[in-house]
Amino acid sequence: MMASKITKQQVEHVAELAKLEFPKDELGKFTTQLGSIIDMFEDLTAVDTDGVEPMTSATDRVNVMREDKAVKATKEETEALLKNAPDEDGGYIRVPVIIDESEDGE
Amino acid sequence: MNFQTTIGLEVHVELKTNSKIYSPSPVDFGDQPNANTNVIDWGYPGVLPTLNKGVVRDGIMAGLALHAQIAHHMHFDRKNYFYPDNPKAYQITQSDTPIAHDGWIEIEVDGKKKKIGIAEMHIEEDAGKNTHTSKYSYVDLNRQGTPLIEIVSKPDIASPDEAVAYLEALRQRIQFTGISDVKMEEGSMRVDTNISIRPVGSDKFGTKTEMKNINSFNYVRKALAFEEKRHQQVLMSGGHIAQETRRYDEPTGTTVSMRTKEGADDYRYFPEPDIPDLNVSDDWIKEIEGEMPEMPGERRKHYVDDLGLSDYDAMVLTQTKEMSDFFEAAVKDGGDPKRVANYLMNDVNSYLNDKHIDLPDTKLTPANLAGMVKLIDDGTISSKMAKKVFKGILAGEEPQAYAKEHGLVQLSDPAQLQPIVDDVLANNAQSIEDFKNGKDRAVGYLMGQIMKQTRGKANPQVVTQLLMKSLKAK
Repeated sequence: MMASKITKQQVEHVAELAKLEFPKDELGKFTTQLGSIIDMFEDLTAVDTDGVEPMTSATDRVNVMREDKAVKATKEETEALLKNAPDEDGGYIRVPVIIDESEDGE
Repeated sequence: MNFQTTIGLEVHVELKTNSKIYSPSPVDFGDQPNANTNVIDWGYPGVLPTLNKGVVRDGIMAGLALHAQIAHHMHFDRKNYFYPDNPKAYQITQSDTPIAHDGWIEIEVDGKKKKIGIAEMHIEEDAGKNTHTSKYSYVDLNRQGTPLIEIVSKPDIASPDEAVAYLEALRQRIQFTGISDVKMEEGSMRVDTNISIRPVGSDKFGTKTEMKNINSFNYVRKALAFEEKRHQQVLMSGGHIAQETRRYDEPTGTTVSMRTKEGADDYRYFPEPDIPDLNVSDDWIKEIEGEMPEMPGERRKHYVDDLGLSDYDAMVLTQTKEMSDFFEAAVKDGGDPKRVANYLMNDVNSYLNDKHIDLPDTKLTPANLAGMVKLIDDGTISSKMAKKVFKGILAGEEPQAYAKEHGLVQLSDPAQLQPIVDDVLANNAQSIEDFKNGKDRAVGYLMGQIMKQTRGKANPQVVTQLLMKSLKAK
């Protein structure tokens, strides 16, 4: 088994990006497991793909579009959505205060 | 040491389609929070976004307006990041295959023309909007999924003035296509800047700093000018520029470093599985090209060559599409072009500036402005009366009915005016004597008397003719 495909630091970084938390003692296990997954993809590189266009979609359908017509949600639908929000106030979704604005406006 | 400056701009423009880019929710702000959202906008599990054809069409039109190459094959990409205004935890955008690439627009600074290249242009979705109090943040997803085009310039911009000229030219061209309001104050146009400097002659770019969401052209100019100077001072004193995102601080006119998170830019893009690939045919591009409205340059040429306006008038009238469309509609309704142009550039513009509003916010219509101009031209109302009628048409009144109702109609019928002229002459023998002795002042006095008798309604041109004829006959 080649576990060197991914380092513990990289696993920690990916977990951080995915907002995942796990006990420190599991880091080794996940690093080994992720390494095996990467090895599996390594196996796939043995296939000769010369002259094959990169695939960007798993469906063979193209140009799936709808006309630009607006459909407004009913009041009941909006209320149902807000009911599923963790917290609601005056039609807004209420969340813990956001301090870091650096990503706003993406 | 002398430096040269390199600026690149990323501009987001909000499209005014009826519905969102991947969901049929209406694109409409100022509504109740979250009223224009559905399960797709909220990123519910199992929902399937469907691409809005109108957004692709508008994207192609923007590309054509910016002289860019339109992509014939494209796919969408998923950009992953967590933020409360983004419930899916990703944005569907175009990273590998933007809808258009390699365009340009022309700018003019200090009389010098220059082409600024556009690297690429892609379509994507906007995020929701957060508002904050000290205890909570509040999320409104009405804006979530609003279609955006992002236009990325090439690093061809060499000064803050060129940056602003580029933004003005870009805004004007996009506005004339009609796909967006492109108003910075309303957030339908947003600007991110990149700036770096390097010693003149060096072919290696310096380290760049970025500023996001600067909210007026004036601040863009000031922020870039500040950064340009700061970079120079740092480099001259032997320091290094840190690659970072900075914020323009309006009250102090300076830029300050923003906290930057390690690895914050690791977006892990991959092809979006929920939107199938898109092919754009030459026929569709040609069709959209056929729908392209005249650009400001073409309109200016038409105004000068065919309608007899000055270059200056043509330039003022094409500052915004609203004004230009209004002018053309009023001319179509029979208004004399020069007179309509003068009203728009003077009376109308100063009214709009006074009230801090835009043309569509008023009740003024092209037909009513044209109608008033016709009343002036055919002598029905005097220019003095027109001032009052103008107030009427600003309030949405029909000019002819308004003038009649308020007694603002000139007396132009010689048969009605002649008896008044005769009467005034009969009572002012001394003035006739003065006129014969070459005192021109007498004419003015007699005119005044006639105007007084008609309470200012007499058509001065007709009165002058009648009066001179009568005086000479004495």
